[in-house]
Amino acid sequence: MKSNLIKAAVVLCAAVFIQSCKPQGPAKAISGDAAAKAYVAPGKYDEFYNFVSGGFSGQMSVYGLPSGRLFRVIPVFSVDPEKGWGYSEETKPMLNTSHGFVPWDDLHHIALSETDGIHDGRWAFANGNNTPRIARVDLKTFRTAEIIEIPNSGGNHSSPFITENSEYVIAGTRFSIPMDNTNGDVAINTYKENFRGTVSFIGVDKTTGNMNLSFQVLLPGVNFDLARAGKGKSHGWFFVSCYNSERANTLLEVNASQKDKDFIMAVNWKKAEEYIKAGKGEKRTVAYAHNVYSDKTHSATSTMEKEVMVLDPKDCPDMVYFMPCPKSPHGCDTDPSGEYIVGSGKLAAIIPVFSFTKIQKAIADKNYDGDYQGIPVLKYDAVLHGEVKKPGLGPLHTEFDADGNAYTSFFVSSEVVKWKLSDLTVLDRAATFYSVGHLCVPGGPTKKPWGKYLIAYNKITKDRYLPTGPELAQSAQLFDISGDKMKLILDFPTIGEPHYAEAIPADLLSKNSTKIFRLEENTHPYACKGEKDAKVERKGNEVHVYMSSIRSHFVPDNIEGVKLGDVVYFHVTNLEQDWDVPHGFAVKGANNAELLIMPGETQTLAWRPDRTGVFPMYCTDFCSALHQEMQGYIRVSPSGSAVPITFSTGTNKPAAETPAQ
Amino acid sequence: MKKLIFVVTLAIGFAFINACGGGEPKEKPKGFDADAFNEEADAGAKEKEKAAHESKGIGKFTNVEIAATLDAKMAQAGSGVYDLKCASCHKLTDEKLVGPGWKDVTTRRKAEWIMNFSTNTDEMITKDPAAQAMLEECLVRMPNQSLSDDDARAVYEFMRKNDGVK
Repeated sequence: MKSNLIKAAVVLCAAVFIQSCKPQGPAKAISGDAAAKAYVAPGKYDEFYNFVSGGFSGQMSVYGLPSGRLFRVIPVFSVDPEKGWGYSEETKPMLNTSHGFVPWDDLHHIALSETDGIHDGRWAFANGNNTPRIARVDLKTFRTAEIIEIPNSGGNHSSPFITENSEYVIAGTRFSIPMDNTNGDVAINTYKENFRGTVSFIGVDKTTGNMNLSFQVLLPGVNFDLARAGKGKSHGWFFVSCYNSERANTLLEVNASQKDKDFIMAVNWKKAEEYIKAGKGEKRTVAYAHNVYSDKTHSATSTMEKEVMVLDPKDCPDMVYFMPCPKSPHGCDTDPSGEYIVGSGKLAAIIPVFSFTKIQKAIADKNYDGDYQGIPVLKYDAVLHGEVKKPGLGPLHTEFDADGNAYTSFFVSSEVVKWKLSDLTVLDRAATFYSVGHLCVPGGPTKKPWGKYLIAYNKITKDRYLPTGPELAQSAQLFDISGDKMKLILDFPTIGEPHYAEAIPADLLSKNSTKIFRLEENTHPYACKGEKDAKVERKGNEVHVYMSSIRSHFVPDNIEGVKLGDVVYFHVTNLEQDWDVPHGFAVKGANNAELLIMPGETQTLAWRPDRTGVFPMYCTDFCSALHQEMQGYIRVSPSGSAVPITFSTGTNKPAAETPAQ
Repeated sequence: MKKLIFVVTLAIGFAFINACGGGEPKEKPKGFDADAFNEEADAGAKEKEKAAHESKGIGKFTNVEIAATLDAKMAQAGSGVYDLKCASCHKLTDEKLVGPGWKDVTTRRKAEWIMNFSTNTDEMITKDPAAQAMLEECLVRMPNQSLSDDDARAVYEFMRKNDGVK
């Protein structure tokens, strides 16, 4: 009896407890089977790779979906001491610009390469916002292979967006500025006379992926925000959102919000190509860095380029048009068919959807509403497919599924709204936590959305995670969109601030992933191909150490004869040819980072010893049972010392232990 | 009490040896007979070595034709592969560095075993008793150095040269 009573009390208490803990408010959005849908069992693989911009971290992160597990942070525009990126002699040139070495940037958007409008799994492009650059990440090695600087640009936000066969990625300037070949020392309030914008077309080599700044289009001094290429029927066109048609140079919050409508710009890039061929481009003197990494020399080269071809629409009719778009448009997204262009005015109460067919007709009929700075403005009503009425507050970005539905993020009202492209009716809305920015549907920007999931990238997390002081985690929220209604199934934190992201089926990439770099193909000038090649050479005050590493020793591991004032270059070659066996290298007191050397690769650490003595060096990446034994010493003598250069592994023993020769 | 600890230690010792050697002893020892024990252990080691000597290992090489005389050109190619990918851990004498020295390896192991081990390293370490025994001795898993089939054959020829084949 008594025990029954206790049991009953326990049950009751538990019930009360569950009641009182029952999530209130936001968490109501979770349905019962959410955990199972996002669960990927230990040892099992995710369905998708998710390439997520790292925002002000300057890097690109790689997550698995649906688990939200972080696999890798790819260093792109910011130095990364963990991987030696920007610290090793080989990687430093990757961060070179016309301003010299720039160790940081702000990475906003990802564009995965496409063939026939479908993900081909070869490259991921990303933009550096602050010091305008575009990077190409190789999806075999998951490393940054190329970075090109963009001249005539400031705040490289409207990029990188890619055409359906990766013919071009474009880079539009957010800030209009005085052009690089003019005297830029002008009063800021001469904006309207002196400031111009550009959109750059960067050609992508079909085979190698190498980028080349093909041409720029010179444009009125507005702010270019986001863009999408046309696809299918609209292939050959680009659509770019613009704000600040007021051309304000101060307090843009107010002064760039005066007009009811700004613009979405339509660029006929096939026409632009014809004009370039016809010699309509003007060669302008500029300076920009073009940095390329080689997986054969395991080194980057940085070349300073000096010219760019510029097309001015006043010499090139029928190339550029403006379409009015309410109000301060941000997102500008083309649907999988290429027929619809969705503009998201940050301050607009509706979402306008433009029709490519109608745009073509309006152009043919010259159905203009005057011009803006000499560029024809198409009549709003003539190009409009329709408006989504009262969708939410503060629309930002739109992604698509394969079933004719669009998903738009609303920053102010913190929600994602699903609506139908054909009749513009709202089908569903889901709360996000909080202040959602970009969205990602796997394949969402392509002709063939893979669908299944939608990820919302949120700016604010407030009460979603355990607090970590004033700075809180940024976050992603995963929704299952396989049914009629969106279902929230997972929250996961992200690095930096996530802006745009793309997701691609895992099997398109995983089968191509590089495992090792072949030693036979290593053409690094300081490679140590076998311990026989290990040596130490003095060239003036430079000491070059040709060092090998293999589980679990360095050759050489005892080095003497270095003098104060020398610069020591440790060129470390990892002789392993097995997957997942990097070696690290660090030396005490280096004003530098570590090296992390992949199998078959050579990387170089420069060290300027600041005192005499004996300095330890060791492998930093746990490599074997005898990893703690993988170490050595380097001796530094006073400048002018007579200690000769010597080096060895395994033989430098006390005289008493050395047998007489 | 002391005796009990001794017996337990012994039992663990046996268990360990069995785990390493594979194969159950024919009957459980009733008392401890050091001579018999050592003799049995020696016999076990000899038997294992004999098995290793005759084993072809696990992998694609099931029958490699070896000429009576050396192919000097092939041995030369093998020497290049050795310098690049093997010399860090294997000496050409009988001295152990990270792995065993190569002196007389061609008389201890069949060509197939060596070529399978150098190209199918992970599976061999996981399944092959002789490879596992080497791991217990060296405590460093031999890395797969991505040798091609031709590389593996050339290295074997170089080993033969090292063992005095003319």
